[in-house]
Amino acid sequence: MDEKVRMEIKNMNFYYGTKQALCDINIQVYRNRVTAIIGPSGCGKSTLIRLLNRMNDLIPHARIEGEVLLDGHNIYGPDEDVVDVRRKIGMVFQKPNPFPKSIFENVAYGLRVNGIKDRQYIRRKVEKSIKDAALWGEVKDRLNDSALALSGGQQQRLCIARALAVEPEVLLMDEPASALDPTSTSKIEELIQELKKRYTIIIVTHNMQQAARISDYTAFLMLGQMVEYDLTPKIFTNPAKKVTEDYITGRFG
Amino acid sequence: MNKDITQKLGFICLSLCALITVFFLGTLIYFIVVRGAGAISWQFLTDVPRKFMTQGGVAPAIVGTFYLTLGSIMIALPLGLACAVYLCEYSPKSVVVNIIRISINNLAGVPSVVFGLFGMAVFVKFLGFGVSILSGCLTLAIMVLPSIISASQESLMAVPQSYREASLALGATQWYTIKKIVVPSALPGILTGVILSVGRVAGETAPILFTAGTFYMRGYPKSIFSEVMALPYHIYALMTEGAHPVAQTKIAYGCALILLILVLTVSTLAIFIRQKQRSMS
Repeated sequence: MDEKVRMEIKNMNFYYGTKQALCDINIQVYRNRVTAIIGPSGCGKSTLIRLLNRMNDLIPHARIEGEVLLDGHNIYGPDEDVVDVRRKIGMVFQKPNPFPKSIFENVAYGLRVNGIKDRQYIRRKVEKSIKDAALWGEVKDRLNDSALALSGGQQQRLCIARALAVEPEVLLMDEPASALDPTSTSKIEELIQELKKRYTIIIVTHNMQQAARISDYTAFLMLGQMVEYDLTPKIFTNPAKKVTEDYITGRFG
Repeated sequence: MNKDITQKLGFICLSLCALITVFFLGTLIYFIVVRGAGAISWQFLTDVPRKFMTQGGVAPAIVGTFYLTLGSIMIALPLGLACAVYLCEYSPKSVVVNIIRISINNLAGVPSVVFGLFGMAVFVKFLGFGVSILSGCLTLAIMVLPSIISASQESLMAVPQSYREASLALGATQWYTIKKIVVPSALPGILTGVILSVGRVAGETAPILFTAGTFYMRGYPKSIFSEVMALPYHIYALMTEGAHPVAQTKIAYGCALILLILVLTVSTLAIFIRQKQRSMS
């Protein structure tokens, strides 16, 4: 495969106060591929993904070493604007978190944030984003209803639509299906397959079958260290390390 | 069997306690209405007091209470909300912030008559605003500031962190997030704080005793530097001064009824707005 690097995590260390949460992480994320981060609870996978759009900036006493490159630019560089970084790197959270606004306004929010006023454009963009998130058929007649009236699975796809509306270059997903029922989960998984044609996706999951089903690359984290990173089929059929094998065969975790 | 009896007894006890509260409110309203209704007439609502407060109306006091309430909320709400936003959203957790928090809580415990004295010393004398609507509004504003701040703070803290994260993750600045997501989500709760404050401001006597109130006025205030009549102060004056206790007592109950209706109307209105806000979100 001819792979192009979109994001690169280089020699990353991360500390909450004096406690080291991540230790010397190196990952290359390829364009139009789904990269999964797996590992037992507390291994630092959520911490890691939140570092990729600087959400951990909000945490006091946190400290980061190393670099995160997006198309060769360090997003932690001195001239980088954090607001700009977060627009370029979208995020979908573990629990669906639509705003207490209408379905339409939820998706339009990101556009308004970026100063877009053209109503025609906003309407078209909202429709396209909801279609891309495979939600249009279910909500097209009630765009002005509250987003909180949707089911959990619909809310999560709305959150994906909201993230897509600002045209991010990379989409981060932090256990996007863990709070959803099996039907909604499979819808989200199908959607991810569709989205990777146009986006680069990084997904955290504690569900190993899910990682095996949807990802092209898998990183296995344990206790803040990256144990192994490789093509997904390789990780799941012929891992290089014994710990990885023990984990994916369910011997612990 | 035994369990059932305990269950029933507990239920009766609790519903009794709840009923007692309703009973107190009911009798209070009944008492005021019965005593005050006789005094109320069109003239009572629209005329100025006449013949040493034994005849005429209390219109200047109604207008005065309206000015004082509106003015003090207009000062206290922006100030209190800004303070709460700073404390909840911006301030780092430090010693200084803790001191600010403790100060706000202590301010809430200061007796209202002390605010009155403070208002007289600072606004009336030192700043030279005189006994005026302005001094009264400022004094009342300081008095209700803590309750507005803490109500706002609680509602801001109740806004899920996930809303803030979602907004920031879309490339919104912190200020934009506060403006468009956090404060609007907290608005129903903030409004509740304002309702309670309106009731308190409209009903307080002590803070305006030395700062704004006059107990007899033939006309209406002309500017924010005018003295003003107010319903609670007027009741106080009617019951403690003057030479015609029987006629004055009747008017006092009339004033109390108007004050009650005024406060209840504001509360109902605010509850209505809050419900509407809630159903929209």
